[in-house]
Amino acid sequence: MTKAMTGAMPAGAKTAAKAGAKAGGPRMMSGAKMVLQALRDQGVEVVFGYPGGTVLPIYDEIFQQNDIRHILVRHEQAAVHMAEGYARSTGKPGVVLVTSGPGATNAVTGITDALMDSIPLVVISGQVPTFLIGTDGFQEADTIGITRPCTKHNWLVKDTSRLSETIHQAFHVATAGRPGPVLVDIPKDVQFATGPYMPPGQARTDNYRPRVKADPTAVEALVEMIETAERPVLYTGGGVINSGPEATRLLRELVEVTGFPITSTLMGLGAYPASGKNWLGMLGMHGLYEANLAMHGCDVMINIGARFDDRITGRVADFSPGSRKAHIDIDPSSVNKIIHVELPVIGDVAHVLEEALALWRARGSRINAEAVRRWWAQIEDWRRVNCLAYRNSDKVIKPQYALQRLQALTEGMDRYITTEVGQHQMWAAQFLGFEEPNRWMTSGGLGTMGYGFPASIGVQVAHPEALVINVAGEASWLMNMQELGTAMQFRTPVKQFILNNERLGMVRQWQDLLHGGRYSQSWSESLPDFVKLAEAFGAKGIQVSDPADLDDAIREMIAHDGPVVMDVLVEKHENCFPMIPSGKPHNEMLMGEDSTEGAITGEGGALV
Amino acid sequence: MSALNIKKGATSHSAYDLRASYSEVIETHTLAVLVDNEAGVLARVIGLFSGRGYNIESLTVAEVDHEGHLSRITVVTSGTPQVIDQIKAQLGRMVPVHEVHDLTAEGPAVQRELALFKVTGQGDARVEALRLADIFRASVVDTTLESFVFEITGTAEKIDAFADLMRPLGLREMARTGVAALARGA
Ligand SMILES: Cc1ncc(C[n+]2csc(CCOP(=O)(O)OP(=O)(O)O)c2C)c(N)n1
Ligand SMILES: [Mg+2]
Repeated sequence: MTKAMTGAMPAGAKTAAKAGAKAGGPRMMSGAKMVLQALRDQGVEVVFGYPGGTVLPIYDEIFQQNDIRHILVRHEQAAVHMAEGYARSTGKPGVVLVTSGPGATNAVTGITDALMDSIPLVVISGQVPTFLIGTDGFQEADTIGITRPCTKHNWLVKDTSRLSETIHQAFHVATAGRPGPVLVDIPKDVQFATGPYMPPGQARTDNYRPRVKADPTAVEALVEMIETAERPVLYTGGGVINSGPEATRLLRELVEVTGFPITSTLMGLGAYPASGKNWLGMLGMHGLYEANLAMHGCDVMINIGARFDDRITGRVADFSPGSRKAHIDIDPSSVNKIIHVELPVIGDVAHVLEEALALWRARGSRINAEAVRRWWAQIEDWRRVNCLAYRNSDKVIKPQYALQRLQALTEGMDRYITTEVGQHQMWAAQFLGFEEPNRWMTSGGLGTMGYGFPASIGVQVAHPEALVINVAGEASWLMNMQELGTAMQFRTPVKQFILNNERLGMVRQWQDLLHGGRYSQSWSESLPDFVKLAEAFGAKGIQVSDPADLDDAIREMIAHDGPVVMDVLVEKHENCFPMIPSGKPHNEMLMGEDSTEGAITGEGGALV
Repeated sequence: MSALNIKKGATSHSAYDLRASYSEVIETHTLAVLVDNEAGVLARVIGLFSGRGYNIESLTVAEVDHEGHLSRITVVTSGTPQVIDQIKAQLGRMVPVHEVHDLTAEGPAVQRELALFKVTGQGDARVEALRLADIFRASVVDTTLESFVFEITGTAEKIDAFADLMRPLGLREMARTGVAALARGA
């Protein structure tokens, strides 16, 4: 659709269709060309991918244009994590292109990761030609069957005339409602054949329209709940960030007008600033003492875009036993799935908060100030426990100390953090402060080791001037270390901050607490020399082991204009506290100084 | 737990879900799901049930709107009220799903199943089979000197009862369609 047409006529699918007809009918083009045209019309700037036989026509089209950048990865899993990093740091959908068979199966871990964390992705996969489907053709896999349970939706396009509309629908489904990954499987003959191109405005998307505005009665009940609360807590999650910048602004306003304490899940960090005075810190298994006790002891819990994950609830039967609960979520299936709530509010976070705040003002609402003041006094008592305290050392770098220094030396910078999975991830969530949303990218739902490095490259592609740091464990980092090649090729100056404890630290911690200290296979043996490894790819390597040298090493890492692999040799036996052992309620938390003997007993031992 | 403090008359109907908590009693529900009749849609629905550990007691599917390409899936499932609510919510958020109706919860519904029975035998048993078929209003749709094929429609319970009676009389094979159901009334 050209500018002149939109100017002359009211926008809308029908008008656009007529306008197209007047201009001589739809444009005919090959399926491969259509893919590029559709991506361009969807505003896509970059595709993360890897070529192969069944996507060669599409790669040929990529070669012949300059609008869309292609980042050539070293493994398809990494392409998906890069697209996730791109999506989470921009709020825009990430786009992935892979070949059939092994290309598609390699992408499955990343797609599942995006599903669990509600990240909008459009994955395009090549498929063997339609006439070969079902014959066990070379590099044939039932990609639709394999990815059905790990996508929000997927499509096999058997007809070129349906291709462009399907791609537009894919973008719609990936981003509308609760975001998630979608996949479009395109057989090679469909890429070669010619068909009519349908622009985005004409694509049918009305069959998928999740509700965004809440029932006004529910909003009113929510306001009443806030007014009457004596011991309130706002429990926020990734849904606030997915809802967009307006949701973050409104959340901050809600905290401002109510003065309520606020905590967040791992996924929601940054929606409310870590420096804000009402901030309790993260909650959950490795959350802060004050946050978890506030959840346990509150009388009103307002869940905003979180989902009562088992890392949050601990033992469900003992979860926040004395509270009335409201749950704001765009996905009705998240409500009453694990925890029964008295007040479901189905809608988009930004819409719901906007309506609630408008009603709050219209009614001249007030909180129960006296009761809430007493509640804050209680919370201050909990805060004095100083649950993140650890014993520092001047001989060996404690992982917590490394992160505190990283925070101190990067505070105020245009900074994005990704992580791998393990102890380092939890320490990063505890010790780094996030002032804005979309600045913290971590694999929460799936807990995918190998996520952080490629994700950091995806973030850097979206924000070329920013400081992008992946806080990593040495074991996780090795899972996608081949992407050092990608980082070098595309000049993404990502900083790999590896807390090297020569252990699968989180596994070792569980074996310590739960399996009698029998450290079965949790040693990181035969580790590479990370400095030489970096240099082998042409990147910079730094190793630091003395706490006295740490600050300079971090400064050197930041100052270097290019990818850096920083090997921080840390204490090998540190455990991550506080910890709510699996199967325990929030008020039975293990603290750093506590004995950890017999911490997890009975059925907790079977939990993960 | 503090009492719910909602001002009287503040709202036309309460937004609160006032069920104290869900009951643990297993209920059987019949769901009607209207879906786009596109490739793989049945696999999606079945995959949801198997992937999340829900029960399928009966499943029937056929296109009911040829122009709109809509199929109606009738699924009989069982679980606690919380699980039933989850199943409905999970079905409802699938992209090709247009409508989900809980026929058990939404009011009276008619439920019917069709079955074919092959019964073989001679002499008294054969006569008795025919007599019982008559009582159950089953019709004979195929016959030889040693066999009948009966066609019967009714509730699943009626078909079960008929099967129990036919077994000692020479029941050889049975085919059932699964439940089709519609809400009663206009
Ligand atoms: C792909 C994958 N495999 C296995 C696990 C289980 N797992 C969780 S944490 C962890 C150890 C991570 O070690 P490292 O990256 O060195 O981090 P640390 O805990 O030592 O900080 C393992 C094996 C996982 N999360 N992901
Ligand atoms: Mg480690």
